[in-house]
Amino acid sequence: MYERAALENNGDKTLKLAVASGKGGSGKSTVAANLAYAISLSGNVTLVDCDVEEPNLHLYFPSTTEEQVVTTPVPVVDDERCTQCGRCGEFCRYGALAVTGNGVLTFLEMCHSCGGCMLICPEGAIHEVERPIGRVTTAHPLPRLTLITGILNEGEVLSPRVIRAAKEAVGADPVIIYDSSPGTACPVIETLEGCDACILVTESTPFGLHDLRLAVEVAGTLGVPAGVIINRSDGKDAETRAFCDEHGLPVLMTIPFDRGIASLQGRGELFSRAMPEWQEAFGDLYRKCRALVGRPV
Amino acid sequence: MKIGITARGPTIDSPCEERFGRAPYFIIYDTDSGDTAAIQNELADAPGGVGPRVAQLMHTNGVEAVISGRVGGNAERALAAAGIAMYAYDGGGTVGDAIAAFRRGELMRIV
Repeated sequence: MYERAALENNGDKTLKLAVASGKGGSGKSTVAANLAYAISLSGNVTLVDCDVEEPNLHLYFPSTTEEQVVTTPVPVVDDERCTQCGRCGEFCRYGALAVTGNGVLTFLEMCHSCGGCMLICPEGAIHEVERPIGRVTTAHPLPRLTLITGILNEGEVLSPRVIRAAKEAVGADPVIIYDSSPGTACPVIETLEGCDACILVTESTPFGLHDLRLAVEVAGTLGVPAGVIINRSDGKDAETRAFCDEHGLPVLMTIPFDRGIASLQGRGELFSRAMPEWQEAFGDLYRKCRALVGRPV
Repeated sequence: MKIGITARGPTIDSPCEERFGRAPYFIIYDTDSGDTAAIQNELADAPGGVGPRVAQLMHTNGVEAVISGRVGGNAERALAAAGIAMYAYDGGGTVGDAIAAFRRGELMRIV
């Protein structure tokens, strides 16, 4: 079902970087897209959009895509064999099955595909079928850049399953960049798991700092080394920088609150493509990330 | 007939709880004998999927009607499948007040 080993056996040479943040709208996708673009100028890179509830990296990289369906196993109850003993409904902590005297009701969108109901059924009345919950698309928008996008179907909740499928779709490129969803919950943890390092994007506001603290805790708990990018900086970053110093977090880059950058961004353009100094800065960011994990270029 | 009333405490004098699946207690009241029993809801703080599970709990306890404030879609589907009626009470009183209103036929059936 979940082939974690396959992900971990990518070989030591692959550099896996996650871009995350506590706060939404802080600039994760901007950083991920520009970093991937800068790396692609000198080597192969895969960018993975793990923000499966609202993926948007494709806006920077319009291209044709190949699509595969993501499914998850869910229970089907054989009414002929079911004695309505109720064990499956009592077992399921997600409320995906309820036994109410008129057969077993299933609430398949609640199912987390643990398979426990099938194991606990004394009558062997439950088997699993695959239910589609999302898609993974693959595109090659630039000669050395592959974009993989996870998309969770509307109304579904099992985003970690789609994130995992997107991660499994990654090929053999030497650098993989995973763009996370905001927050600190399951989708972020699924994205960060197995990464060599994590770039946390924040902004110099109380909201940015508050959520950065939470994101630092998540990265720390998962044992993923982290560095910080301060985005839309108005120059008043003392508090954020003090926090980073205190927690041993390198500030890898500061992006100013700049009309030129904002206007390129607003048109869905990569500012590192339009502004050569930023192309260089993102190349430098890549070298700092390699240094962060002890594997300098 | 047994009715289950969602409550904030374990007695008939406890205030009614408006939420169904996340009620801290269920008071099971037998309309024939007048007996009451309290069930503490272990799912009150569960992360999700409580509606169908509490509906199954009501069914397992032989409850034929539920009095609560509101009910979500999944719980409604499970209650309907179990043939359990649900009546809305929003009077802000105790479990005893809700039972009295039910007995007077004042509560609207919503499932």
